[in-house]
Amino acid sequence: MSVIVVLIFSSILVAGGFLVAFLWAVKSGQYEDKYTPSVRILFDNENRKKQDNEEVRSKHKHS
Amino acid sequence: MQISEVVNLKEGTLCYHCGDLCTSLDIHTGSMYFCCNGCKTVYEILQENNLCEYYDLDKNPGISQKRLDKAVSSRYSFLDDTNIIRQLTSFTDGRISISNFAIPQIHCSSCIWLLENLHKLDPAIIHSEVNFLQKQLNVKYDPSGISLRQIVELLVSIGYEPQISLNDLENKVKYRSNKSLYYKIGVAGFCFGNIMLLSFPEYLAIEGTLEHGFKQFFALINLLLGTPVLFYSASDYFKSAWGGLKQRTINIDFPIVLGLVVLFARSTYEIATNTGVGFIDSMTGLIFFLLLGKIFQSKTYDALNFERNYKSYFPISVTVKKQGIEKSEPVSNLEAGMRIVIRNNELIPADAILFNGNANIDYSFVTGESIPVQKVVGEIIYAGGRQKGSAIELEVIRTVSRSYLTQLWNKDTFIKKDEDKFNSLVNVVGKYFTVVILLIAAAAFIYWYPHSLRTAINAFTAVLIIACPCGIALTNPFALGNAVRILGRNKFYAKNSSVVERLSKIDTIVFDKTGTITKTGDADITFTGIVLNAYEQKLVKSLVRNSTHPLSAKIYEAIEYSKIYEVTKFTEQSGKGIEGIVENRNLRLGSALFAADTNKILKIKDGSLNKQDTRIFLSIDGIIKGFFSVNNIYRAGLESITGSLKNKYELKVLSGDSDGEKENLMKYFESESGIIFNQSPENKLEYIKRLQNDGKNILMIGDGLNDAGALKQSDVGIAVTEDITSFSPSCDAILDAGEFSSLNRIIKFSKATKHVIMASFAISVMYNIAGVSLAFQSEISPLLAAILMPASSITVVLFTVLSTSIAAKMKALK
Repeated sequence: MSVIVVLIFSSILVAGGFLVAFLWAVKSGQYEDKYTPSVRILFDNENRKKQDNEEVRSKHKHS
Repeated sequence: MQISEVVNLKEGTLCYHCGDLCTSLDIHTGSMYFCCNGCKTVYEILQENNLCEYYDLDKNPGISQKRLDKAVSSRYSFLDDTNIIRQLTSFTDGRISISNFAIPQIHCSSCIWLLENLHKLDPAIIHSEVNFLQKQLNVKYDPSGISLRQIVELLVSIGYEPQISLNDLENKVKYRSNKSLYYKIGVAGFCFGNIMLLSFPEYLAIEGTLEHGFKQFFALINLLLGTPVLFYSASDYFKSAWGGLKQRTINIDFPIVLGLVVLFARSTYEIATNTGVGFIDSMTGLIFFLLLGKIFQSKTYDALNFERNYKSYFPISVTVKKQGIEKSEPVSNLEAGMRIVIRNNELIPADAILFNGNANIDYSFVTGESIPVQKVVGEIIYAGGRQKGSAIELEVIRTVSRSYLTQLWNKDTFIKKDEDKFNSLVNVVGKYFTVVILLIAAAAFIYWYPHSLRTAINAFTAVLIIACPCGIALTNPFALGNAVRILGRNKFYAKNSSVVERLSKIDTIVFDKTGTITKTGDADITFTGIVLNAYEQKLVKSLVRNSTHPLSAKIYEAIEYSKIYEVTKFTEQSGKGIEGIVENRNLRLGSALFAADTNKILKIKDGSLNKQDTRIFLSIDGIIKGFFSVNNIYRAGLESITGSLKNKYELKVLSGDSDGEKENLMKYFESESGIIFNQSPENKLEYIKRLQNDGKNILMIGDGLNDAGALKQSDVGIAVTEDITSFSPSCDAILDAGEFSSLNRIIKFSKATKHVIMASFAISVMYNIAGVSLAFQSEISPLLAAILMPASSITVVLFTVLSTSIAAKMKALK
């Protein structure tokens, strides 16, 4: 039955990890602005766009 | 100004940049049409820098450039001052500087995209980040590559003029973050969850099946997990209860803290002595719910500022003329005797005497009056007005803080803190509640004492535990928090949740007149006299197009025809009127004497003739046709508001104007004694104070800086504003002018919310009575506590949120 003791401690440890993750998220300011990041993520990253274009072009060359 | 002979306008061409209707098709690049040159310039800057994606994200995302004038290149020269730079910079190490700008124009995803790509416009800008809700831009830059002034000028050139005001310099506005509340709720949630898991065996196990060793082991871990919840997560309640005791009052947090401490102490004792498992689960659950309520209640409107005073309205610098040399100086350095230059659209920062030029002062922000006032050389011009037209020179007679308008802020009303003047219902209830609970607990102790001391202590603590007023404590956050959200959807933005409760207590409503119950901006233009035919109207429109005078602009807008004729020999005489030849007809527009050019003024039969409205006479070829007059328009819905409020509330009107509008006002407000004219900002404040001394609870509704004192002094001050991001004086709530007609429903809704709160108190007291009658028997099981306390909390939360929403529906609010 002492296996329960081990289980309880490991479960608290895992949950504690999530608590630390939450505290870190608050500390790093993720709860300060809850709107802008949702817009920002939809912007095209230009560097990636260029790369994509180049990839498309190189594929055309090959084919 | 050159006027194209025939303007052929395609129906409804919208500016590619800002989406405004183009009034001519002259300004364009390729197939892109713009409403003004400003918009075109912004487009060209963005095109040069490959930033046209701006226009793909949202349709016509730009900010109209019509109202801005960038003519003065020295406008931002004050930003070269090292002292000002230091105050506007939040961090610098010589190589990297960080500055924050408030940009109220931010409104769409294109704005975010463009402002976060500033580094493409200037490589010295390292990084820029937008906070959309707070309308803030954070710029990280290399100060050796770009100066603060250049950044501001860059922002202005793309249409995002940052707001830099005196207030930013004197006390850096810092965003009040509620990070610590999130930490506390994180810890409480973590511990609460684990404790619940460890308590389930105790709840579910049939008596005696759980091994005793495990029972104690679980209880010990619960105690360990519960300790940080009580001492860290609930620390604010301890502070608040202690703060109340120091002021010799008992607030609602006191019985909560009492309950929590007793819970913890009894649990510790039971676990330590191996006599029970304690009530740590109930304790952490209670704290977790309370903190949730706090988060729910703390709904704030980040982009709105409720604390603004004249300092956030006034500019931080002004052009000072010293021995013929013009120099930009911070306004705080202004002293009596200094010569200042005020250009078109600039604000007069201190009381001054007009020295030179044609002053045409727009006091709309101060008084709400939309028609500019003409001043002649030698007259005193009070601070707060905006010059319209050519530059003027003034001599300062009083410093900024001593000026007629600004000295209002030196009064004690502005020193007092808001919180001091209101005692929330929940704290009143809390006081009696605590006394009653302590009496019952003492009675239980005395009743059981002859039986055994142990039972007596058990009964005493059981009463305090079970009577912990969690239901009452949760009522306010959830009822008021939900009310604030509902009101926000109806464009009534409350500073905090206590505003709703204070609003429910008012019995007297004081309105400001100009700008509050009358509309600012679009005044009604009427023409009295011989009716003008379409051709004559077109002639008048062509003439006024040449004038920059605000009244000309109003007449121009009022005439609907779009055909414009060429005007020759146009002259404008300041303070008199304008004259010109259109289609070989001589048109004169202005004062009666100017228009007629003779002393014979045509008598026009007009019953409601009064001196107050501004009359602009028109003559065509020397014959007076009549006059245009500008009248106040009362806001839509005023009649239904006053009609439905006057039975229950005393209605008053305070006006800074003379009594010209008295008869019109009498239609809405019956009693003559309640309409008071010629009120200075200080008079308004004193009037509110007098009413309060008579024991009245006052709601003040105003709009301008001149109402600031009255808004602050009153129990609830509401600022009405056309554009919620623009300036409004410090107040408790901001109401969008478009929703003015729902004012009576908002007030009634606040009353309904108060009734919901009282009903909720009754429900939680009933739970407590049931619990206490069980506890009096001295035996409460942890399971009973674990069911009863969350049950009462959940009932209260559901009841308050649902019934406030239903109340809103019944009052026809969104």
